[in-house]
Amino acid sequence: MSFDVNTVRRQFPILSQIIDGQPVHYLDNGASAQTPEAVLDAVRTYETTSRANVLRGVHRLAERATEAYENARVEVANFLSVDPMEVVFTGGCTAAINLVAYSYGSLLKPGDRIILSELEHHSNIVPWQLLRQRSGIEIDVVPVTVNGRIDLNALPRLLTPRTKLISLAHVSNVTGTLVDVHAVVTLAKTVGAKVMLDGAQRIPHGPVDLSAMGIDFYVFAGHKAYGPNGIGVLWAKAEHLEAMPPFHGGGSMIGRVTFAETTWAPPPRRFEAGTPPIGPAIGLGAACQWMRTLDWKEAHAHEMALVERLMDGLQKIDGATLFGPGSTQNRYPVVSFLLEGVHPHDVAQTLDSFGVAVRAGHHCCQPLMDRFDLDGTTRVSIAPYNDNTDIDALLTGVQHAARTLR
Amino acid sequence: MTDQLYQDRIVALAKAKTGAGKLASPTRSARRDNPLCGDRVVIDVKVDNGKIAEIAHQVRGCLLCQASASALASVAVGRNAAGIEKVRLDAERAIGREEGEAGEPFAAFAPVRSHKSRHECVLLPFEALKEALS
Repeated sequence: MSFDVNTVRRQFPILSQIIDGQPVHYLDNGASAQTPEAVLDAVRTYETTSRANVLRGVHRLAERATEAYENARVEVANFLSVDPMEVVFTGGCTAAINLVAYSYGSLLKPGDRIILSELEHHSNIVPWQLLRQRSGIEIDVVPVTVNGRIDLNALPRLLTPRTKLISLAHVSNVTGTLVDVHAVVTLAKTVGAKVMLDGAQRIPHGPVDLSAMGIDFYVFAGHKAYGPNGIGVLWAKAEHLEAMPPFHGGGSMIGRVTFAETTWAPPPRRFEAGTPPIGPAIGLGAACQWMRTLDWKEAHAHEMALVERLMDGLQKIDGATLFGPGSTQNRYPVVSFLLEGVHPHDVAQTLDSFGVAVRAGHHCCQPLMDRFDLDGTTRVSIAPYNDNTDIDALLTGVQHAARTLR
Repeated sequence: MTDQLYQDRIVALAKAKTGAGKLASPTRSARRDNPLCGDRVVIDVKVDNGKIAEIAHQVRGCLLCQASASALASVAVGRNAAGIEKVRLDAERAIGREEGEAGEPFAAFAPVRSHKSRHECVLLPFEALKEALS
């Protein structure tokens, strides 16, 4: 396989649009990635040939829907190198974290401790604060370095015999930094703590081998991984899922219901109460299948070449500074920057007038912004379908903002 | 390019920084945050007989929020809460939330009309001032 960006771009119909006379330079992939024809086709095929509820129906459409839904679970499992029975479909990445915080969290005792980092997304902070309110756990926070990396040198002193879980972003949604999973797992094992990774920003950049990582829980969102909205994934080791009580109650997640007592279905069904997001799950399965058609070594090299082009260009703009690492090592193509004297929202608004879509603000990471006393950053998040023209249009827009807004 | 939002008058209002800073001994202060974008406005007022005698603002936010705070400070002195509501009506008219012609200085914000995601940036200083006067 070889990587040709134009071949990839042609598979994303939205990228060929012209809006107000300008091409679409979509660099907001960290918020939501775009969707290829293969995913759109899979969802359309389900909706037009197999639409029915899953699991319970005996008619042919229900059989087709169930098969497509379960095949999607297998596709996701293959992408993660795990057993399909350890893959739980959720409404999104946030829903998956809340599931763990509620269900696994209910097994924790008052005084048990969990560890988060200073760069976590609010979705990996607030569910744990809610658990703290419910059950009296304690939260410890690993600081970040000036380069926007989780400071693993500070982790050992936070570990105690009461530490039950370390939950971290696999890749930061602000700085793009990759956490050293091996180091985290090694340290966690010294006190018997479990490890959860938020893979929302990692999964869109190629398959992972969770079974080799030694972690316990992994979550990600479908819509950031070229799939539909309204679908996310929780992976957990079978032994954890077996031990966890249900999160939501309803149809599908039961063994037997009586008014006196109800028993639970085995995982993953136990955690998929009610009618699941069938079409989105099928779309996510197709997205995983699509991602596996790419040569990720080359695709990643392409993404990181764009990061270099971006960083080189920003360095030439007076007052522009990177927030996060200045190199392409141990990171993914999410790049935040500041433009002195211009608020990030005004940078992003100006970029929009150049046809460039980026995200600006706190990125749902207010504690990280507070740590560095920032109002926010402008964030460029790159996907394999981005090309040099996207980066060049962005740099032109930043230069314009620097010239006109300060 | 459709770069119509940041017109000279808005940029000039922001750069003027009218009323930017703190009051030494305010009668009331109020802070308002926009949880969606993280913009933050702190307004200090000194109130005399129900009317604003002095006003100052600290804005950690975008150019639109800065320009709005600056414009508001330029017309706030001598007004009571009802008078500030009239100024707010001008702002809401300028951005198309209310019918009618916007008075100065908020007429300058007309380019924000088509950028609905930025309306709150203009209104945040009013929210903070309303709380300070309540």
